Amino acid sequence: MIDMTNDSMISIQGLGKSYDSGHTALKDVNLDIRAGEILALLGPNGAGKTTLISSICGLITPSTGSITVGGYDVHRDYRQTRRMIGLVPQEIHIEMFETVWNTARYSRALFGLAPDDAYLEKVLRALSLWDKRDTKNMELSGGMKRRVLIAKALAHEPRVLFLDEPTAGVDVTLRRDMWDMVRSLQEDGVTIILTTHYIEEAEEMADRIGIIRAGEILLVEDKDQLMQRLGKKQLRLHLQDAVRELPDSLAAYNLRHTEDFTGLIYEYDAQSKRTGITRLIADMAAAGISVRDLETSETNLEDVFLTLTNDEVPS
Amino acid sequence: MNWRGVLAIYKFEMARTFRTIAQSVISPVLSTVLYFVVFGTAIGSRIDTVQGVDYGAFIVPGLVMLTLLQQSVTNASFGIYFPKFVGTVYELLSAPLSFFEIVLGYVGAAATKALMIALIILVTSALFVDLHIAHPFWMLGFLILTAVSFSLLGFIIGVWARSFEQLQLIPLLVITPLVFLGGAFYSADMLPPFWEAVTHLNPVLYLISGFRWSFFELSDVPVGVSLMAVTGFLALGLAVVWIIFKTGWRIRS
Ligand SMILES: Nc1ncnc2c1ncn2[C@@H]1O[C@H](COP(=O)(O)OP(=O)(O)OP(=O)(O)O)[C@@H](O)[C@H]1O
Ligand SMILES: [Mg+2]
Repeated sequence: MIDMTNDSMISIQGLGKSYDSGHTALKDVNLDIRAGEILALLGPNGAGKTTLISSICGLITPSTGSITVGGYDVHRDYRQTRRMIGLVPQEIHIEMFETVWNTARYSRALFGLAPDDAYLEKVLRALSLWDKRDTKNMELSGGMKRRVLIAKALAHEPRVLFLDEPTAGVDVTLRRDMWDMVRSLQEDGVTIILTTHYIEEAEEMADRIGIIRAGEILLVEDKDQLMQRLGKKQLRLHLQDAVRELPDSLAAYNLRHTEDFTGLIYEYDAQSKRTGITRLIADMAAAGISVRDLETSETNLEDVFLTLTNDEVPS
Repeated sequence: MNWRGVLAIYKFEMARTFRTIAQSVISPVLSTVLYFVVFGTAIGSRIDTVQGVDYGAFIVPGLVMLTLLQQSVTNASFGIYFPKFVGTVYELLSAPLSFFEIVLGYVGAAATKALMIALIILVTSALFVDLHIAHPFWMLGFLILTAVSFSLLGFIIGVWARSFEQLQLIPLLVITPLVFLGGAFYSADMLPPFWEAVTHLNPVLYLISGFRWSFFELSDVPVGVSLMAVTGFLALGLAVVWIIFKTGWRIRS
């Protein structure tokens, strides 16, 4: 019963969660996750990322609000929603005495699916675990244990995959492999939600980025738009001599003077093909303005993230 | 019903049992043999018969019950405590399984293992004494009902426990004393009237009495009362488990 009028896969309305300790981990979260997208949730420690995921997956009971997955209510129609969802938890929790193969088969059966060894083989091969299928989980390295967690989450062919800080403690190679896998899952139509502390990761992987802090979603935006908004670069030109009046030939560049008139600031779009820098330098030379030094700077996600998350937390 | 899920839990738990089958079987068998040596031989040489039954044979139902109760509670409590302890419980909670289905898987496996060991004890006993079972059907019935009821109790303990110490507390502090004082090795009417009355407050007495009746047609309390007691335990266990799952107590925060 997926609602075809909009392409929302997960719809969260007014979600709040207070733990028994009295701590409010989520306050009135509203969020729509689109079918087939990769959404990255960025936020500092304790922001409520895991709590949000746990509410959707059924690990905790929300205090307020409602959540639907594929049009089904996660509380009332939990069988339908949970069958659609695969979860890779933040911490490594696996049965230590079991083999990789048995672990994956168990996960599939737990979700009520008939055995499909060919499919599981494909999953294990994609995660480079096939050679380790008869190894006991406790004999695996940390990174491999994480792969087993992913294999378990994929064992029942989920339509939605949650990856809670999947790259914590993972080396570069595995990180690459993981992202390749995430992309190919997306190609198969799987909706993916990942949490991370790393901006580069969100930048590289996500279609949309959500920023969460102190239990509140501060912003959710298309990554490209966000990057465009943030992708402005500045070129600072330090001049040989102070210049107060600019010749008409430079008017088109919208240059700004620095306070002491010994520098000029040129803003350009780092995403566009032609930045205009070469022409600017040439036009300046022609106008007889000589440049002593130059530097560039950019606003990136990190800046936004820091300004947003470092603001005084309203209490 | 997610039968595949239930079966997966059941098989997973049984596989865990068979991985440690030697220690699962050897220790109860060994203690049974010791009980026979101590109670059957040493005390039996002085008591001879109880209500016309050879003392060695008289204690067999009590011994089997002792093992069955201990095994049911221990298996089931450990079975659900372990995933909580190592964190793998997240998968159970995120799977399309109702609480009832989770209980079915864990309690079913715990009760099966306890039954298997109880039957092994019974067979071991037959090597020491001449056993006659008057009502094999009722005997099995009592065994199964008791195994399921006390596996439910074990499951509840496993959900409640926050440490391995707490896990062992109830079996050690409650189950074992109740079995010993519940007429496992004597008949309640051998006690002075006051203590006999006190013994009747012990729920385990009704289990052992009914179970012993299925062997020798001898009992401390009418067999119908025993049957009601076992069914009562079962209902109580189910009710508590139902409440636990409704409220998510100590499982789902
Ligand atoms: N079971 C719990 N009982 C009480 N408080 C909890 C519980 N789990 C989490 N919290 C609190 O809720 C808040 C949000 O925690 P959560 O784990 O969702 O954060 P997070 O964004 O995932 O952080 P991290 O990046 O460190 O994983 C924290 O302040 C945490 O201490
Ligand atoms: Mg977290």
